[in-house]
Amino acid sequence: MKVISVNNLTKTFGTFTAVDNISFEVTKGEIFGFLGANGAGKTTAIRMLCGLSKPTSGTGMVAGFNIETESEKVKASIGYMSQKFSLYEDLKVWENIRLYAGIYGVPEKNISAKIDQHLQTLGFEKERETLVKALPLGWKQKLSFSIAIVHDPKIVFLDEPTGGVDPVTRRQFWELIYQAANRGITIFVTTHYMDEAEYCDRVSIMVDGKIEALDSPKNLKNKYSSKNMDEVFQRLARKASRDAD
Amino acid sequence: MKAISVNNIYRNYGDVEALIDISFEVEQGEIFGIIGPDGAGKTTLFRILTTLLLADKGSATVDGCDVIKDFKLIRNRVGYMPGRFSLYLDLTVEENLNFFATVFNTTIEENYYLIEDIYKQLEPFKDRRASALSGGMKQKLALCCSLIHKPTVLFLDEPTTGVDPVSRKELWEMLKKLKQQGISILVSTPYMDEAEMCDRIALIQNGNFLKIDTPKNIVNQFDNILWALSSNRMYDLLNDLRNHPKIKSCYAFGDSHHITISTDNFLLNDLNIFLNEKGHKDIEISPIKASIEDCFMQLTN
Repeated sequence: MKVISVNNLTKTFGTFTAVDNISFEVTKGEIFGFLGANGAGKTTAIRMLCGLSKPTSGTGMVAGFNIETESEKVKASIGYMSQKFSLYEDLKVWENIRLYAGIYGVPEKNISAKIDQHLQTLGFEKERETLVKALPLGWKQKLSFSIAIVHDPKIVFLDEPTGGVDPVTRRQFWELIYQAANRGITIFVTTHYMDEAEYCDRVSIMVDGKIEALDSPKNLKNKYSSKNMDEVFQRLARKASRDAD
Repeated sequence: MKAISVNNIYRNYGDVEALIDISFEVEQGEIFGIIGPDGAGKTTLFRILTTLLLADKGSATVDGCDVIKDFKLIRNRVGYMPGRFSLYLDLTVEENLNFFATVFNTTIEENYYLIEDIYKQLEPFKDRRASALSGGMKQKLALCCSLIHKPTVLFLDEPTTGVDPVSRKELWEMLKKLKQQGISILVSTPYMDEAEMCDRIALIQNGNFLKIDTPKNIVNQFDNILWALSSNRMYDLLNDLRNHPKIKSCYAFGDSHHITISTDNFLLNDLNIFLNEKGHKDIEISPIKASIEDCFMQLTN
């Protein structure tokens, strides 16, 4: 089953083509890495997929809804975690989960079970009553992820979720991603850590608004005779001619 | 004379101990990396050394000047690029550069050779306001502004955070060139793979230095045999390895998992059989050399 299906998606700002005619599909339960240099057009593409920005041309279906004509339904079916921390620092851990579960429309009677379940998955039972501002950064990121999937979305968008996180926590974070994918949640993730690209089932690499490559890490490494994803990335992204964000 | 000399620097914020009795020295013309995650204390250290924050205890000198007594001298001599973009958004590229040159009593022309490689890429946009620059260009402009008075010591606080792998590589190439000009560089980064670009590094976590050495010595001191494993089911492999009683540590590392084993009389063949029984296929096991990230995790656990 396709959770994302995009055809010739394009977005222009004035004379500048930020996203240039991209087409791809993402399957249910897949971990899909969306890579590219700063300014390649990743954020613009993600904003369209989340129903926050309308395409100039082309079409896209996300979680079964048209991103242009059914953007509100798209928003209700997805989870999103931004690179900027966006939980409420002055609320406790359980209060943040409770708040977002309510906002995303989790039925009232299920919420308290949801809170317990998420605290357990995170190993956070002891931090239930802790104010979020007192958590270490890595824990905040793990909590943010958990909250992004509190309503069991079909797909979750993660925008550089592990920037600056310590190496051990970075790995724990990826284990949460694996667990969610095993439960059938599709993962759409951007990262600047090329070892993390290896955890993805497939990755795409955007250069100057276009998708230059899209395949499994293994096939990409073979195709570009590279020993790791960093080499693949350097080969493709060095060709970039534009510099913008 | 050392470029930087730090003796038992301690600093807290209320209950949080940001730096706990840190000591180290940076040689002239050295690229010294402070490597660690967010919240480890990197920025506090930079702010103390650039005289923007006072330590609670300890002493430090930069270019031979005391960070308290000689703070005015230090401010004239060092370049500082903070982690957060802090140039004037309403000034153009050229106006920003001119401003910083003037503040330090010099001109763009006088030290242009230092920034030429970087500034050439910005020149087509010299009349653009800083607010309209992309992230990559803002960072290049900030580096130019921190260099325009020809500092003796350059402080770069996380210059590569959030920057894509290609631009990160370019930045490190620039730092190598600056080093050749005799500038000493203290640079922080959360990316462990950038450690090898430094002459020496300090690994920092929770306000403590875990180790100070050359990247090469640090990886050579990894005191366990490290193995890389992969199979057709990587996530299950991770869990199966963790449940094996003789495996001491197991971490995911992209296309393989890195493990250390707790006993000497353990045969890899047994591990192969164990994984076969768990239904893994295409099993590959090979000894590998530790990376800085392996060392960091071993030191923090």
